[in-house]
Amino acid sequence: MDNQSPSACEAEIVRLENAEKIYLMGKEQVRALAGVTISFERGGFWAIMGPSGSGKSTMMNVLGCLDRLTRGHYILEGRDVSTLDDDSLSELRLRHLGFIFQSFNLIPQLTVQRNIELPLYYLGWDAHASSERAQELACKVGLEGRLNHRPTELSGGQMQRVAIARALANDPQILFADEPTGNLDTATGEQILEVLVELNEQGKTIIMVTHELNVAAHAKHRLHMLDGLIERVDGDY
Amino acid sequence: MHQVKLVRNIWSGIENLLLHKLRSFLTMLGIVFGVGSVVAMLAVGEGASKEALEQIRKLGSNNIIISSIKSVEEEATTTAHSHMSIYGLTYEDYTRVAESFSTIKQAVPVKLMRKESRLGERAMELRVVGTTPVWFDLVPRPIIAGRVLMPEDAKKQAPVAVLTEFGARKLLATEHTIGQSVRIGSDVFEVVGIVRSQGGVVQVGKSQGGQAENIQIPDQEVDAYIPIEVARKYFGDITTRMTTGGREQEKVELHQIIVEVDATEDVELTARGIEEMIKRFHKKVDYKVIEPLALLKQAEDTKRRFNIVLGSIAGISLLVGGIGIMNIMLASVTERTREIGIRRAIGAKRKQIIGQFLIETSVLSTMGGLIGIGFGVLVPFVITYFARMPTVITPQSILLPLFISAGVGIIFGLYPAMRAAKVDPIVALRHE
Repeated sequence: MDNQSPSACEAEIVRLENAEKIYLMGKEQVRALAGVTISFERGGFWAIMGPSGSGKSTMMNVLGCLDRLTRGHYILEGRDVSTLDDDSLSELRLRHLGFIFQSFNLIPQLTVQRNIELPLYYLGWDAHASSERAQELACKVGLEGRLNHRPTELSGGQMQRVAIARALANDPQILFADEPTGNLDTATGEQILEVLVELNEQGKTIIMVTHELNVAAHAKHRLHMLDGLIERVDGDY
Repeated sequence: MHQVKLVRNIWSGIENLLLHKLRSFLTMLGIVFGVGSVVAMLAVGEGASKEALEQIRKLGSNNIIISSIKSVEEEATTTAHSHMSIYGLTYEDYTRVAESFSTIKQAVPVKLMRKESRLGERAMELRVVGTTPVWFDLVPRPIIAGRVLMPEDAKKQAPVAVLTEFGARKLLATEHTIGQSVRIGSDVFEVVGIVRSQGGVVQVGKSQGGQAENIQIPDQEVDAYIPIEVARKYFGDITTRMTTGGREQEKVELHQIIVEVDATEDVELTARGIEEMIKRFHKKVDYKVIEPLALLKQAEDTKRRFNIVLGSIAGISLLVGGIGIMNIMLASVTERTREIGIRRAIGAKRKQIIGQFLIETSVLSTMGGLIGIGFGVLVPFVITYFARMPTVITPQSILLPLFISAGVGIIFGLYPAMRAAKVDPIVALRHE
């Protein structure tokens, strides 16, 4: 990794350099990331694995621009974003990143359509264009005819599809998935993973956090973390 | 584009509030009552002062009124031997005042008496006003029938009387009464005209036994206007009043002198001048110079103070309403921590979260304000109906509370909104 070829550099989408994240838990300092250096290439599908407390969630929050490093650098699309302020990070998330979560995190009072439109609302799209885009995305994840339902009227799998549609609304460079199947039964979870695999095949870069091996098996690479460090990387790296 | 977005934001704010209809309604109540009381209080305050102001305004802002008053010394020196009290303005005063000031446009002497009067079968006590034709210039009122006093009446010393409509009606006088005789005291006068008496309940100052204590504006008085020369000739300057202890006599030449000044700017100086001049010829202070303009200013000042007091009370209720809103919004922020986290993760900036919550509180308080204005407009009608108090609703008394309620929403919404914006998306997303 130290002597990357120029082509590898072009293919790279994000990179962490000596990334350290230190939390203060009471009086104790916790090194959630203990100096991680890693590069993710465009179009990849990673599963970040590890036991709880291994730093996988922190890694994902940092990569997703939700959290800032204590030390080290985070380069996103060739730009060092480790020192950006809150507004700039929000802007990055809005324009370049998409998120799906274990507990779906839909806004309960909004309809499926309005949930999907949410990023477009902050992007300043007009109502008509947003509506068209939401319908298009709903079709893509298999939610035709559910646009006017409330999240509470949907099954877990359907809710996660809404979340995926919402995450795709801004056509993100990277899609982050935090335990996307954690709240779903195995069969439904498989379907959701199928959707993710399909998106990856269409060229979307996906970074997924999971602790289940069979879920991680769908990813191209598996990144095993332990005590804030990358223990090993397997898969066709 | 920007406006479209604002409308959308407001609309989604309304949608959010409609999710919890009862809670939103209860939250609004504080503002509803606050604004309602502001509107109602302003209406009552405005109504109370309006009539007084109108009365004073009717006296004419360019007028100065000089009235006779029974001085304190006079009352003290009245002994058992001397029942005759002599005081007040004199004919000479009138002549001096009328001729000495270049700023005076016209002046009118007024002599007031109460006399038992009779027209045909009907009898009642009339207030007899001995005056000159100028009176009808200074206290203008429409002629219903006949004419008002003319300079010729004075020259001819004609026993003619002009009645006010109010008095005329009691004596069953109509247009046909013109030319008939009315008996005033023991003398007979010809009715030459009837003028309208203007409505109005409040009177500035009251008349007592023909003695002018304050300003008199004979609105609903049952008046008979007669030439002052005739009044003097027929009735003299001495009035006798029967009391329990015997009889009391007063000698008052003139009860009032009303002066009209050319320009409003000169009113104050002229009033000072008149006062100085009369002082030189009177040993006692048995007169009073009143400027309606000064009274008007004073009344307006009182009204402003009244409004400030009412306003502060109403302001306190708005404050309470605002605190109520803040309380609920803080609870709402806690409750919606997760939603805030989701919005932040998606890419909403802090100021957009602030905006969202501010719009919600402003919509809440403004709606409360609108409902409050509805109540506030209704209440004065009820007050007027039951308490017979005049109330006036001005556009300001509606617009002001509306802006205040919107402002309350912004001020009391700011803190909860900032709390919302400080929510850490990572923590918020884990929030159950």
